[in-house]
Amino acid sequence: MLVVLGALPFFLYVGVFLLLPIGVLAVEAFRATDPVTFEESWSTASIQAITEGPYRRAYVGSLQLSVITAVLGTVLGLALAIAVLRAKRGRLLRRMVLTASGVLANFGGIPLAFAFLAAIGSQGVVTALLTDTLGLGLGGFSLASMTGLALVYLYFLIPLMVLTIIPALEALRPQWREAADNLGASGWQYWRHVGGPVLAPPVIGAAMLLFASAFAAYATAKALVGSSVPLVTLQIADALSSNVVVGAENLGKALALGMVVIIGLVMVFYAWVQRRTQRWLS
Amino acid sequence: MTALAEGVAGAGGVAPTTPVRPGRRGAGGWRYVVLAILGLYFLVPIAASVWFTIRDRGRGTLTARYYTGIPGAEGFAEAFTRSLVLAVLTVVLALLLMVPTVVLVNLRLPRLRITVEVLTLMPLVLPPIALVVGVRSVLSWAPDYFLNTPLAEAFFAIQEPSLPWILVFVYVVLALPFVYRALDAGVRGADLRTLTEAARNLGASWPRVLVSVVLPVLRTSVLNAAFLTFALVLGEFTIANILGYETFPMWILRIGGSLPQLSVAVSVLSLLITWALLLLISALDRRRGAKESS
Repeated sequence: MLVVLGALPFFLYVGVFLLLPIGVLAVEAFRATDPVTFEESWSTASIQAITEGPYRRAYVGSLQLSVITAVLGTVLGLALAIAVLRAKRGRLLRRMVLTASGVLANFGGIPLAFAFLAAIGSQGVVTALLTDTLGLGLGGFSLASMTGLALVYLYFLIPLMVLTIIPALEALRPQWREAADNLGASGWQYWRHVGGPVLAPPVIGAAMLLFASAFAAYATAKALVGSSVPLVTLQIADALSSNVVVGAENLGKALALGMVVIIGLVMVFYAWVQRRTQRWLS
Repeated sequence: MTALAEGVAGAGGVAPTTPVRPGRRGAGGWRYVVLAILGLYFLVPIAASVWFTIRDRGRGTLTARYYTGIPGAEGFAEAFTRSLVLAVLTVVLALLLMVPTVVLVNLRLPRLRITVEVLTLMPLVLPPIALVVGVRSVLSWAPDYFLNTPLAEAFFAIQEPSLPWILVFVYVVLALPFVYRALDAGVRGADLRTLTEAARNLGASWPRVLVSVVLPVLRTSVLNAAFLTFALVLGEFTIANILGYETFPMWILRIGGSLPQLSVAVSVLSLLITWALLLLISALDRRRGAKESS
């Protein structure tokens, strides 16, 4: 009995600093403040407001950006991981890529935004090289756009993919490939019937993780685009920092709750896929 | 094993060649393409940042003044110190909370394992901005509902701008997934059960077991967890921005408008520091591994 007490601090801490704030969010998103009397009441006004107009656009923008970057990050990260693991004399290369991935997966936020500004921002080194020296220009490309953000997000999403998927790839035994080869399977058949099914659950899991981090990314977007690209995170920050509009605070809570609900749905879908693939494998 | 192989090769003078798989049908080319393109993609922004900060635009020469100017820059010392203090406090609190929990869950309370795992992994997918909006709502209870009570005093105390404990508390939540996974891997890899049972049989108390058995065994995992947490806090922007404290990343963004070279120089340095820390940890790791296997 006394042992259970030992785990109490953890549950208390998580209760107060993780579950309570989310719970409060779920309740207070349904509160509204009267602009004249400042009285509070129950209302679905904020929830309704976030499904239309600029807020709806922000959700769509965030979802588009996160799905595209998650898919690209998954594919490119997987390709990089396979290329590194299969390289001959690859031990040094593998260690370099793994260390670099560890560093770059943590290299998000503000410093990353500035590194890209220094490269292909309006004053950037690569921009200058392309326009002044080669006379090519960037072809209308701007960092402050969806494409620009996707390019920057991939910089930490690909390393994140490499880090999460390498253990799964290493668990893929060479003997399986050899057995398939000896039985006359083609490369495609091996991936279709052996490698693919074994790798599917971890790859889908990693893709969900990539989606979640792209969806939640705020610092990079804030530093690069201000608010010219519609993204939920930017809208939330705007709503919270506005002291003018009464009820903006509640709007921020409703927007944040929307993000939690979307992530929750993604997690439910993920659990369902995991269960299905498990049944398929067994 | 390797030592043996080297010995044989040395004696015989002929090193047995490692069997290399013959190239598969159509194997190979795409790997080098992937490596080259992605290598370029990852190197260009870093190289460009370095070039951006060491070139003197007016005279066309190289300069180090953007780097030497960092310590004296307005607001740098204050913001950087604040982030360092927050990082150290977060590391300490996260370890104090998680080391006993992970050990307990692994050794004594396996039934709680799933619950603890789910709770610690939640912050990995939960958007920090949603969490901080909730935290802000809770904090606003103090002036709204509990004014002039000790609870309100406590609420105001943790929001003190000189040392915002509230940031530490939220950062510990954000660090939970990394700390838990690092520690859990360490506990599982070390056969801690046998060791603690031995210590218990010899009469050691649980706190004693924690300090003299668990911590030394988990040294690498603790270091790993500490490093990840440290890097996370130094780079964290969302929470600090929404709650309105000027931490290190907030400062970089603020000076970026007027002094772009300086902010890029700081970004390059922070990347290098992270790199150095990670290399240091993996070096420690390897040295320990080598010592134990010999």
